[in-house]
Amino acid sequence: MSFSRTLPKLTMFAAIALVSIAAAGAARAQSATEIQLSYKDKKFDPAEISAPANTPIVIKLKNLDAKAMEFESKTLKVEKVVAGSSDATINVRAQKPGRYEFFDEYNEKVARGALVVK
Amino acid sequence: MIAALIIVFREVFEAGLIIGIVLAVTRTVPHRNQWIAGGVLAGVVAACAVAVFAGALSNLFAGMGQELFNAAILALAVVMLTWHNVWMARHGKELAGELYAAGQAVVAGEKSLLALAVVVGVAVLREGSEVVLFLYGVLATGSDTTWGVALGGFAGLVLGALVCWLTYVGLLRIPPRALFTTTTVLIALLAAGMAAQAAAFLEKANWLTALDNVVWDSGWLLSDSSLLGKALHTLIGYTDQPTAMQLVVYLAILAVTFVLMRLYGAPAKATPAPAE
Repeated sequence: MSFSRTLPKLTMFAAIALVSIAAAGAARAQSATEIQLSYKDKKFDPAEISAPANTPIVIKLKNLDAKAMEFESKTLKVEKVVAGSSDATINVRAQKPGRYEFFDEYNEKVARGALVVK
Repeated sequence: MIAALIIVFREVFEAGLIIGIVLAVTRTVPHRNQWIAGGVLAGVVAACAVAVFAGALSNLFAGMGQELFNAAILALAVVMLTWHNVWMARHGKELAGELYAAGQAVVAGEKSLLALAVVVGVAVLREGSEVVLFLYGVLATGSDTTWGVALGGFAGLVLGALVCWLTYVGLLRIPPRALFTTTTVLIALLAAGMAAQAAAFLEKANWLTALDNVVWDSGWLLSDSSLLGKALHTLIGYTDQPTAMQLVVYLAILAVTFVLMRLYGAPAKATPAPAE
């Protein structure tokens, strides 16, 4: 099997497949749910936030600590550095119902919270 | 101390893999160590600058500065990697063969090195700024755990260097004839993966909303936050929940690389490279 010979064909197939998938998923686009969240003394407040399923989510995070933190969620695919005493906006794409944990990567053990999508 | 080790290692892991590949790619090019060291150094300096201005950077573009900055430097790395592959398709033979001694090949070789030095710099910068912020945060508190954290951080750095060295040594075990093909494919995949990551950052910034449906979820099989998943994420751009746009971008970069290598590759014996 040759890299050069298979590649164009593969690209074609993939492109066709993707266009059809995209067409199927196009009926979407709702307004986002906005959630306020603050971070102080290595704690999220509130520690549990919730949002409706299948709509985009915007998390407005206030880092009240003087130190920088990194908001991370493996399941939500989010990683964002938030400088000390500053705000950040985190866009999360529409999610299926479930519990999604997040944490401060610099204090992973203690600084944890969760987003519950219903 | 262990926490610091893990955090630092996690960040330098990706840069280690990339530097290892670049070292293997440039093994025959003279003065490559200076160039790569220069890339690392520039990356570290830039990482410190980014860490210092993290807040300001974040506030740009309606709070999406970080995402757009990441997308931009990834795009830069993609261009450099692709350019390197196309350039090597034309000049690789000269560098490897007798023409090697010819002054021009050496000069041109340095051009290609500059591109790879930029790639190294970008890799270090991306992961480095988070390490700097983390370590600075700990050192600023000035608690008695400071030394432990510094030690852990240093150990994490050493482990990252080990990853780099293992990648390099592993690639050099491949016979020289096959190595060129291998690194060409590796770099094309690396570029495609970085381009898909750039697309992901643009999606997070809401700058790219077309085709943003998740095509599959293979997290149950291999999570991209596991060590293997992370390695594959860096090397071939594996992600367990890719969007259609990320896949399109990924394949587009592979196609563009292929076409450019065909168009600009050496006319006589281009490099239609067998994959394995």
